[in-house]
Amino acid sequence: MNTPAPLAIGARRMHPADTTFRLSLHAAGAVVVIVLLSILAIMFIGGKLAFDTFGVGFIWGTEWNPVTKIYGALPAITGTLITAILALCIAWPIGFGIAYFLTETCPQKLRTPLGVAIELLAAIPSIVYGMWGFFVLAPFMSEYVQPWLTNTFLWIPPIGDSFFWFTAPPIGVGMLTAALILAVMILPFIAATTRDVLLSTPQLLKDGAYAMGATRWEALTGVVIPAVRGSLFGAVFLGLGRALGETMAVVFVIGNAIRMPDSLMAPSATIASVVANNFPEAEPGTLDLAVLLALGFILFVVSFGVLAVARLLLRQERMS
Amino acid sequence: MLATMTTETQSSNAPRATPLQAMRVAASAGPAIVSPTRITLEKINAFYDQKQALFDVNLEIPDNSVTAFIGASGCGKSTLLRCLNRMNDTIPGARVEGAIRMDGTDINAPEIDAVQVRTRIGMVFQKPNPFPMSIYDNIAYGPRAHKIHESKAELDEIVEKSLRRAALWDEVKDRLNKSGLGLSGGQQQRLVIARTLAVSPAVILMDEPCSALDPIATAHIEALIDQLREHTCIVIVTHSMAQAARVSQRTAFFHMGKLIESGPTDQIFTMPKLEQTQDYITGRFG
Amino acid sequence: MKQLSPATRARYFRRQLVDRLMGGLCIFAAGVGLLLLALILWMLFSNGLAGLSLEVFTKPMSQPGSGGGLANAIVGSLLQVGVGAMIGAPLGMMVGVYLSEVGKESRFASVVRFVNDILLSAPSVLIGLFVYQIAVLPFGGFSGFAGSIALALIAMPIVARTTEDILRLVPQAYRDGAVALGSRENEVVRKVVLPAAFGGILTGVLLAVARIAGETAPLLFTSLGNDVWSLDMTQPMASLPMAIVRYSNTPYPEWVSLAWTGAMLITVGVLVLNILSRFSYAAVAGKQGG
Repeated sequence: MNTPAPLAIGARRMHPADTTFRLSLHAAGAVVVIVLLSILAIMFIGGKLAFDTFGVGFIWGTEWNPVTKIYGALPAITGTLITAILALCIAWPIGFGIAYFLTETCPQKLRTPLGVAIELLAAIPSIVYGMWGFFVLAPFMSEYVQPWLTNTFLWIPPIGDSFFWFTAPPIGVGMLTAALILAVMILPFIAATTRDVLLSTPQLLKDGAYAMGATRWEALTGVVIPAVRGSLFGAVFLGLGRALGETMAVVFVIGNAIRMPDSLMAPSATIASVVANNFPEAEPGTLDLAVLLALGFILFVVSFGVLAVARLLLRQERMS
Repeated sequence: MLATMTTETQSSNAPRATPLQAMRVAASAGPAIVSPTRITLEKINAFYDQKQALFDVNLEIPDNSVTAFIGASGCGKSTLLRCLNRMNDTIPGARVEGAIRMDGTDINAPEIDAVQVRTRIGMVFQKPNPFPMSIYDNIAYGPRAHKIHESKAELDEIVEKSLRRAALWDEVKDRLNKSGLGLSGGQQQRLVIARTLAVSPAVILMDEPCSALDPIATAHIEALIDQLREHTCIVIVTHSMAQAARVSQRTAFFHMGKLIESGPTDQIFTMPKLEQTQDYITGRFG
Repeated sequence: MKQLSPATRARYFRRQLVDRLMGGLCIFAAGVGLLLLALILWMLFSNGLAGLSLEVFTKPMSQPGSGGGLANAIVGSLLQVGVGAMIGAPLGMMVGVYLSEVGKESRFASVVRFVNDILLSAPSVLIGLFVYQIAVLPFGGFSGFAGSIALALIAMPIVARTTEDILRLVPQAYRDGAVALGSRENEVVRKVVLPAAFGGILTGVLLAVARIAGETAPLLFTSLGNDVWSLDMTQPMASLPMAIVRYSNTPYPEWVSLAWTGAMLITVGVLVLNILSRFSYAAVAGKQGG
C-alpha cells in the first residue's frame, strides 16, 4: 500500500500504468490541500513578528500609527465587517427580487436572455466596479447623498471629536460608498446563485401549493423558501465571502484612513484595502510587512469560516 | 486435459505469461464438432459488501452455442454475467469467490489480469453505449488500445470485417466518419457488437441486449447472435422467455442468487425437472 | 364566487394584494438592479470607446502628453494569463479527474473537494500576498512569472470544479463499455471519458482564463507592473489591470481616458470568453443528450 485512499479495485492487483495514473491524480488532489495549508502557514509565519510584538491583543488593538510603530487590527476588521454586511443588506433584497422575477413573473421570452445577462455581469472584473465607484459614484455621493444625510442628521451631536454615523465632510469616499460598490458588484452573483437555488425546487412542490389555492408569493414563502432555506443562506454566505475579501472595488472608494470607524461617510479602511495600500511601503523583514501578513492571516481565517459555512449549507441541500 | 491445465495454474505463482499462452493455444485450436465446454464455473459466490448475491454456482458453458441466463430481477443472473469478464472488479466492495476456468485457466484468480480477461471476453450492455466518436473510431477503439493491427490498411480491414459480421456494414459504410451517436438504437447496439468483435473475443457476454430496442431491431440482433455463435461462445441474460427460447441452445435458470436448473433449452422449456422452473417459465411467478 | 362570505372575499382580496405587491416590489428591485448594471456598462463603453485608438494597441505606456498606449500592458497581460492558464489548467483538470474518476466519495476526495471550493472563492489579495512570500521575496524581486503563479493558483480550482462537474455528466455506460473492451483505468479516462467531456472542460478553462484576465489584486504583489516594454518573465511586467490602477489615480485626463479604455478592453475580453464558454458547453451538453 503506497497510497492512502482505497485504491485496490476489488482487492485485485493493479497494473503499473494505473498505479502511476492514480498516484499522479492523488498528487494533484494533494496540491490543492497543500496550497490551502501553505497559505495559512505562510501568512502566520510571515505575520508572527506582529503577533509576537502585540500579542493576541493585535486583533482588538484600535490604534494604527506607522510613526510610533503601534498597530492594531480592529479598525480594519470593523471596516471590513461593516462594509461587507452593509453591502449584503443592500444587495440581497435586490438580488432576491431579480431571482424571483426571473423564475416566476418574468415573461418566458425574456428569462433566458436576462438570466444570461446577469451571469455575464457577474463575470465583470471587480476593478471595473472600482473605477466606476471612483469616477461616478463617489462624486455623486459627495454632491448629493452625503450633504443630504449630513443635514438630515446634523441635530444629533457627535461624541467627543468623532462624527455621528451619518455625518462627515462630504468627500464622497467612505464605508457607505464602498458598501454600495460592493453591493453592485455582488448583486449579479447573488441574483444568479439565488435563481439557481429557486430553480432547483421541484415543480411538484410548487404545483402542490398552487393546487391548495396558494398565490405565487404564498407558494414562495410557504413552500419554496422552507424547502431551499439552507441553499439560500449558502448563497448569501458566498456573497458575504466575496464582499469580505474584495480588494480593488474597495481600494478606490474607501478613503484608506485606518482609524476606528465613527461614520459611514468618513474615509476608513478594510483589511484588504489596508494590505493593498500599505504594501508598497512595507519593506521585507520589517514589522510593517509582518503586520500586513498578520492581517492577511485574520482575513483568511474569517473568509475560510464564512466560505466553509456557505459550502456546508449548499452541500447539505445537494445531498438531500 | 482440464485436470492437467488446472494443476499447472494452481502450482503458480507462475509468471503471468504462462496461463495466457495456454489460453491462446487453446483458443486457436479451432471449433470442435460437438460443442465442448468453454467455461466452467466452480462454486461461485459473489458479494456486494455484506450482501451475498450468488450462492455456490456451478455451471458449464459450451463453446459455439448460446447460453441464456433467465430468472426474475435480482436473481443474480447479471451479477454472474459480470463475474465472467471480471466487470465486478470495478464495483467498490464487490467480491467474487470461486473458480472460473476458461481453457484450463482460472480467470478469476487474483494473479490473472482482468484487462487480459476482458480482451478475450467481450460484453454488450443493456443500453447501446457507443462512444461519442465516429463509427470508425468506435470499432477501432479496441484494436488501437491493444495494438492488434500493424498498419492503417489492416485496421481498415478489421473495421470492415467487424461491421460486416455485425450486419451493419451496408448501412454505415458511407458514413464511417460520422458520430456513432447518430445511429438508431438497433444500429447502435450492432455497432457496439461490432466494436466487441473487432478484438476477436472468444466469448461474448450480452446483458439484456434487446431490452431497449423495438421488435424489428430485436429480430436483427437475434439473427446476428445466431450467426455469431458459429465462431464464438455467447452468454446472454434476458428477461424474455421467448427470446431465450429463440436464440439459445442452453438455458440456466436462477432464483435468489442460486442456480436452480440448467440444461438444453429445449428440455428446460418443455420438460423442466423442477417445479420452480416450470412455474417461472409458464409465468406463474417472477 | 357569489356564495363566498364577505370576510372570505376580503381575505382573498388581501392575499391577492400581497401577491401583487411583493411581485411588483421584486420587479422594481430587478429594474433597479438591471438599470444600475446597465449604467455601469454604458459608462464603461462610452468612456472606453472615447479613448480607443490604434495607438492603444501599438504604443507602450509613456508620459502624459506624449501619446502613449497600452501595448506593453496588453502583451504583458496576455503573457501572464497565458502562462498562468498553462500551469493552472492542467493541474485543475487533474484535480477534477481525481475527484470524479478516482477519489469519488472517499474521505480524502471529500477533503480535496471542500478545500477546492474554499480556494475557489478565497480572497485573491491573499493569493497575491502568498505568492509574494514564496515566489517574489526568495527570488529577489517582482516578476511576470510570479504573477503567472498567482493567476495559476486562482485558475486551478475553477478548472477543477468545472472538470469534475462535467465528468460526472459523462454516462457510466461509456466507462463500462471501455472497461469491457479491456481498457485499463487510465485508458478509460484518457481515451473515452476525457474526449467525451472535452467541450465541457474547455468551458472550464475559458471561464478560468476570463476570471484571471481581470484579476488585479494578486498582480499588485507579484508582477507589480512596468511602464516600459518588457517580455522578460523574470522582471516586473506590465498588465492591463495594473495599468488601469496606475492611470486611474492621476490628474491627467489622457491617462484617465486610457484607464477607461483598458477597463473596457478587459471587460470585452472577459465577456467574449464567457460567451464562447457558453457555446462550447452547449455543444457538449447537446452531444450528451443524444
